[in-house]
Amino acid sequence: MNKILIILHREYLVRIRKKSFIVMTLLGPLLFAGIMLVPMLFAGMNDHEVKQIAVIDSSQFFIQKIPETEQFKFTYAMNVKLEDFKKNLARTEFFGILYIPPYIAYTPSGAEFFSYRQPPVSLTMHMANAIEKNIETEKLKAHQIENLDEILKSVRTHIDIRTFKLSEEGAEKENHNGLNMFVACASAFLVYFFVFMFGAQVMRGVIEEKTGRIVEIIISSVKPFQLMMGKVIGIALVGLTQFVVWITLTLALVAAGQMLFMSNLAEKALQQGTTAGPLPAQTMIDGGGEIFSMLASINFPVLIGSFLFFFIGGYLLYGSLFAAIGSAVDSETDSQQFMMPVSLPLIVAMMVMLNAMQNPDGSLAFWFSIIPFTSPIVMMARIPFGVPYWELILSAGLLIGTFIGVIRLSAKIYHTGILIYGKKPTWKELWKWMRYKNN
Amino acid sequence: MNILSAHQIDKQYGTVKVLDQLTVDVPLGSIYGLLGPNGAGKTTFIRIANRITAPDRGELFFMGHKMRYSDTAKIGYLPEERGLYRKMKTGEQALYLAGLKGLSKTDARKRTAEWFERFEITGWWNKKVEELSKGMQQKLQFIITVLHDPSLLILDEPFSGFDPVNAELMKKEIRRLRDKGTTVILSTHNMSSVEEMCDHISLIDNSRCILHGNVSQIRQAYKSGEYELGFEGDAKLLEEVLDAYQCSVDWDAEHPGKARICAPEKAANKLLSIIISCVSVTSFNEILPSMHDIFIRNVKKTPRL
Repeated sequence: MNKILIILHREYLVRIRKKSFIVMTLLGPLLFAGIMLVPMLFAGMNDHEVKQIAVIDSSQFFIQKIPETEQFKFTYAMNVKLEDFKKNLARTEFFGILYIPPYIAYTPSGAEFFSYRQPPVSLTMHMANAIEKNIETEKLKAHQIENLDEILKSVRTHIDIRTFKLSEEGAEKENHNGLNMFVACASAFLVYFFVFMFGAQVMRGVIEEKTGRIVEIIISSVKPFQLMMGKVIGIALVGLTQFVVWITLTLALVAAGQMLFMSNLAEKALQQGTTAGPLPAQTMIDGGGEIFSMLASINFPVLIGSFLFFFIGGYLLYGSLFAAIGSAVDSETDSQQFMMPVSLPLIVAMMVMLNAMQNPDGSLAFWFSIIPFTSPIVMMARIPFGVPYWELILSAGLLIGTFIGVIRLSAKIYHTGILIYGKKPTWKELWKWMRYKNN
Repeated sequence: MNILSAHQIDKQYGTVKVLDQLTVDVPLGSIYGLLGPNGAGKTTFIRIANRITAPDRGELFFMGHKMRYSDTAKIGYLPEERGLYRKMKTGEQALYLAGLKGLSKTDARKRTAEWFERFEITGWWNKKVEELSKGMQQKLQFIITVLHDPSLLILDEPFSGFDPVNAELMKKEIRRLRDKGTTVILSTHNMSSVEEMCDHISLIDNSRCILHGNVSQIRQAYKSGEYELGFEGDAKLLEEVLDAYQCSVDWDAEHPGKARICAPEKAANKLLSIIISCVSVTSFNEILPSMHDIFIRNVKKTPRL
């Protein structure tokens, strides 16, 4: 045990001190924070560019009827010819011209929009909707229905479906599918990423020891199993360190960026003296409140507990397989033939995971979250939606059992493989190695 | 007292028999040569002795008791295929590998410093292994093997990669360790170093031990009655007389007063009395067969599979 610690300690320190590790660990958060902040920055910019649109309404029907928003203001131009206006558009402060033909109700594709820059989709949709609704209302009015306004008001309801999940104890829980899917996807992807990235590091470490001819000296002092486990666990700690640093730094950067931004936005809003509508900062805070209530719907102890379990369990299972592959080959290029069958379940798991997010209680998701080689990824995709405890326990138990079995076989291959140089083993040989008597 | 006894060891890889009823006894305090052609099974035996692999059948005894895994802490092993972590610093590497042998940090530090001083490489402590020359790496490797003060040293081809000066330094250190009580198992193809250093040998061929024992006794047993003679007098007469006694003579063309006599049937005294009767003798030496000859003769004898 003590020797595993010595090995683990070296494996950890050597990797932590590497320049590439330090650079990756520090650059990662910048990249992630950038990915999160840049869209916000742009969103913030857009919010404050008010677009003035001139409306030439030949039907005289929509005057003052297109609702204004924070971004889009409409000015109705009377007695102006479209052709003249188009020529002079550049000299005005208008973003574009909306032209509505005289008989729009009968020529639905007759409305036209002219501008120098590409209009945002939200603008064209807004205008189309407004025209559509007005025509609809007018057509209904033509039927001479009494109390039409009230009827329309009561008909036009905006529907938001809130989904609730019933549990067997009769409790209702509000679901937030979007957030659930995000958490599911993120945690499943993290497991996948961790297994692949650090599994490959285990393999490279084993190959390095083998080609550097150091391995025989080491296993004259420690058991091959100890060397393998020391390496696998040491690299797991490197990975965990990197993740912890990434997450803390990213959160810190995002928080810092947000603060910078939000104060900026608030200032701008104040300077413009906008009276209508809440301050953008205020909206954000409101949005934040909503996110918090959504977060509260997730069972965090179960989520974090199972994330750690499947994260580490999946890595250990695959890490020992990667160690066995590394021991069997002389160079990384030779590892391809053995990598394929090991990566295949991981890739299948990713594909099933995408499906499991849509239908977390389907039988596909169920079975693949029980089968140990795919369960770390698929189960993580199901957990945010709630998984019965018995399924969790079954899946975890099977994972532990498989892990013990696989690590034994891997240790056998490893034990024989690290001492064999200069030939590319076949599957048949690996099978033989598993049956050699080693100690 | 034997420090290491291997008793009827069998080892098979698939259908290939690597060791077949191999028995080896290494006396305490000796330098023991493990000889044999490539592929004879030496490395497998050494790995079994280091508990890197297990025998299929047979038993190992260490200092008289059945060997335990913990005995490996008293063994220092220099494998034939050897190397170090290239990116690791010299001193750190020595401390790490000593730690794996169970040495405490302070002990490891002290002893590494001592050995570095002995080999005059103190300035290397913070150098990375990849910056060292091959000979320097071999020195470091040797230090790492002996750092934990093992009572049994197993060295597989220890002189390969050394220039003659450093090879001599190694030999000196190996003898010094033997004189301090360390037992050394030397696996090598270099027969002259076997004659020079080993007290006992085992010759392994085709997974069996085909010859073992004390080196001088073996050479005595393989002597074929050859003598080197220095004389003054009538060479022609000498040849005639020896011919009459069925002894053959080889003349040394460059040195007229020298001859090589082959007299397998005669005792040395008898031969000498015959020679004295016709010439005056200035020197008379029995020629013992070299380990090289004994090796070749024995290995050729055993049928190949």
